[in-house]
Amino acid sequence: MTSDLINEQNEQVELLPSNLPCRRFRAGAVDWRRSAAKLRAGGALLLTVWGADDRDSDGRYRVFAAFLERDGIAVLEHAMDAGANPTYPSLAEFFPAAERMERAVFDLLGIRSTHQDHRGWLRHSGWPKPVFPLRRDADSAAHYATEPEPYAFVQVEGDGVHEIPVGPVHAGIIEPGNFRFSVVGEKVLRLEERLGYTHKGVAKRFESLPLNQGHRLAARISGDSAVAYSWAYCAAFESAAQSACPQRAVRLRALALEQERIANHLGDLGALGNDAGFAFGLTHFSRLKEDLLRVNQSVFGARYLMDFLVPGGVAADLPLDAPQHLLDFYASLEEDVASLRGIYENHAGVQDRFRGTGTLTAATAQTMGALGLAARASGMRQDLRATHPWPPYGEIGIDAIVESVGDVAARVAVRFDEIFASIRFCRALIEKLPNGEIRATVPGAAPGQLALGVIEGWRGPVAIALETGPHDSIRRCHAHDPSWQNWPLLEHAILGNIVPDFPLINKSFNLSYSGHDG
Amino acid sequence: MNGIAFVWQFLEVVLAVALAPLFTGWIAQCRAWMQNRSAPPITQPYRMLRKLFHKEAVLADHASPLFRAAPYVLFGTMALAAAIIPSIVTDLPFARAADAIALIGIFATARVCQALAAMDIGTAFGSMGARREMMIGFLAEPAILMVFFNAFLLFGTTALPGVVDNYASHPSVIDPSVIFAAIGFVMVLLAENARIPIDNPATHLELTMIHEAMVLEYSGRHLALIEWASSLKLFNYACIGIALFLPWGIAIHGASFAFVLFALAALIVKLAVCGAALALIESLSAKLRLFRAPEFLAMAFLIAVLGLLVHLLMGANTSA
Repeated sequence: MTSDLINEQNEQVELLPSNLPCRRFRAGAVDWRRSAAKLRAGGALLLTVWGADDRDSDGRYRVFAAFLERDGIAVLEHAMDAGANPTYPSLAEFFPAAERMERAVFDLLGIRSTHQDHRGWLRHSGWPKPVFPLRRDADSAAHYATEPEPYAFVQVEGDGVHEIPVGPVHAGIIEPGNFRFSVVGEKVLRLEERLGYTHKGVAKRFESLPLNQGHRLAARISGDSAVAYSWAYCAAFESAAQSACPQRAVRLRALALEQERIANHLGDLGALGNDAGFAFGLTHFSRLKEDLLRVNQSVFGARYLMDFLVPGGVAADLPLDAPQHLLDFYASLEEDVASLRGIYENHAGVQDRFRGTGTLTAATAQTMGALGLAARASGMRQDLRATHPWPPYGEIGIDAIVESVGDVAARVAVRFDEIFASIRFCRALIEKLPNGEIRATVPGAAPGQLALGVIEGWRGPVAIALETGPHDSIRRCHAHDPSWQNWPLLEHAILGNIVPDFPLINKSFNLSYSGHDG
Repeated sequence: MNGIAFVWQFLEVVLAVALAPLFTGWIAQCRAWMQNRSAPPITQPYRMLRKLFHKEAVLADHASPLFRAAPYVLFGTMALAAAIIPSIVTDLPFARAADAIALIGIFATARVCQALAAMDIGTAFGSMGARREMMIGFLAEPAILMVFFNAFLLFGTTALPGVVDNYASHPSVIDPSVIFAAIGFVMVLLAENARIPIDNPATHLELTMIHEAMVLEYSGRHLALIEWASSLKLFNYACIGIALFLPWGIAIHGASFAFVLFALAALIVKLAVCGAALALIESLSAKLRLFRAPEFLAMAFLIAVLGLLVHLLMGANTSA
């Protein structure tokens, strides 16, 4: 598949610095579409779509799409002249998840795809229509008055069909998202999401930071994936600077990433029990999660591991007793999680709520290009740690946990199994923890490079595309959360289910609002 | 009837209104203990009522008088219901006015009023909650009627004080049908009072709510009255259960003052045990999928009918 692309467009192929094997293809409008079609046919998954304003260097806009192939990452790049209406061919035909990303690219940059859906996605009347904040000439200090704008949700007509608008402000303290249900009685005919309420302008903020500070902002894009994001950023930066991370630091990063995964899985398992009305589960998983966060505090110096990763390595070495502390903790955690799993699996009421609820079929997951945990629960073997291992995952293996049914119970089972897999991996990691440096100095990176960092976080692959500027500045930094791909899955998983099961199904995906809205 | 009966009547209603939040607090406390959490103080519901009464009541612009009246109607009907349930004494002047079937009517009045008020301001959640509440209600009413018929057949009266009086005078009557009726009653109690497994009083997920969805738009004193009425409803149901199935200790007609004090103590002990049992049921079960609720209530109905059949068949046996 990849070799086809290379043969056809040999001159335009170029290797990109990344933690995974990564190639860039520059394509014209026709090749852009044709390559995407070929990638789709070859079973590639869409990783992310982003755009850039390069009018100051060569008078053009660029749009990029990164794909996950069997043997690495392919980045398509398409440049278009900056006319009145810069346009590029939409990829949504081949990769449905691209639609929202293309709408977001337009909101930020004013370059339009050929897709017919022109409703705003990230721009919620927070800035006026003719302003495109990621353009080089946009004034990031400007303040605009907000004027509410209508948003045309798709209407479902029919006898007895009515709409339930939910959010963006919810009854509990959760992030904002707008869900429009079209229902007959309690049965859901259609769900349409509207997101973008937590858009903070992260991409614009990156451009005002020096290269060696970006990891701190990256860690804050979605707080539950702080390690994944900061690792992705560091990986992109380090590969652009051609700097290597010391062995010990690489292992410690993986340890932190797995701790983050376990913490989130524990929290989710408790919340899933609670959403099924089984508060006992919430109490006990909350306790385990709190124990883990306290271990994080004493071992890594941060409960949520914020800023533990820095370019070149990690911020601090472990205390001397940390390995034993962690091993003791894993022993008790493993036992507790196993017994709680027994309680969940033997509780008829809980199982009745979990099984057959919110089923995402393997076919839908494939078509929609699902990523991460949700994909694995629907039979896709999508786990970069197993399929595209980067150090240290190649040296210490970890299996992708795959379930086939795709319902809430499958996503619960994947979480349970991944906790055990992560514990096994961490044990091996601690056993083979080399001594030595924990941080190397990262020299500056040459300007004008595009580098990618792709890390399998607990939710799925987190990607950072980093373009270096002169004097160690960030020219453009695009951060991508797997929630982009997985939010649309929820619209499919809910179909045919009843309204009161939505919170449970939503929680079983537990997607990020903040990471998605950026 | 004498003057003292009116005093008992008055005191009993006051007691029910005053103790109801305590009962709710006790259940919450037991639930927390059973789930290995540190429990809120038992007086937490009073604190919440106090807080709510001190807050401003915010109303939707287009709220009709019905929306404003509903909390008072709810509270009033629940207090009235408390007046005809013999929780401590059976010598209740009010109880002559209404029997157990009228009691179901009083609860239904409250339910309809609350559902109408929920739909009044036209939010999606209000009408969604009202719709679900009416579904639960119309399934629960036949079941509770069947439970009552069990007692009526046994004691030949539809008045709750009469049932208790007869029970007390025939302490040896332990009919197997009572056990069926008691199981059916507990199931109805859980459904009618928005408890797990039908509804979750602690949830913040608006899409899963039944009772809470109906009261989402209320605030301040209105919400306080509704919360208080909900506590009172649960208290009333518990007292009905005690009157039907654990009546020992209730002061029957002509009991002495000392016995009334004993009856009060007995009530508190019985409520404490019932509350703990309720908390245990709630902690052990998960919430049912909404469309399982009809099955749950149909089961309650069926169990109560089985109780009737057992009674009739056994009655036929003994007479033969």
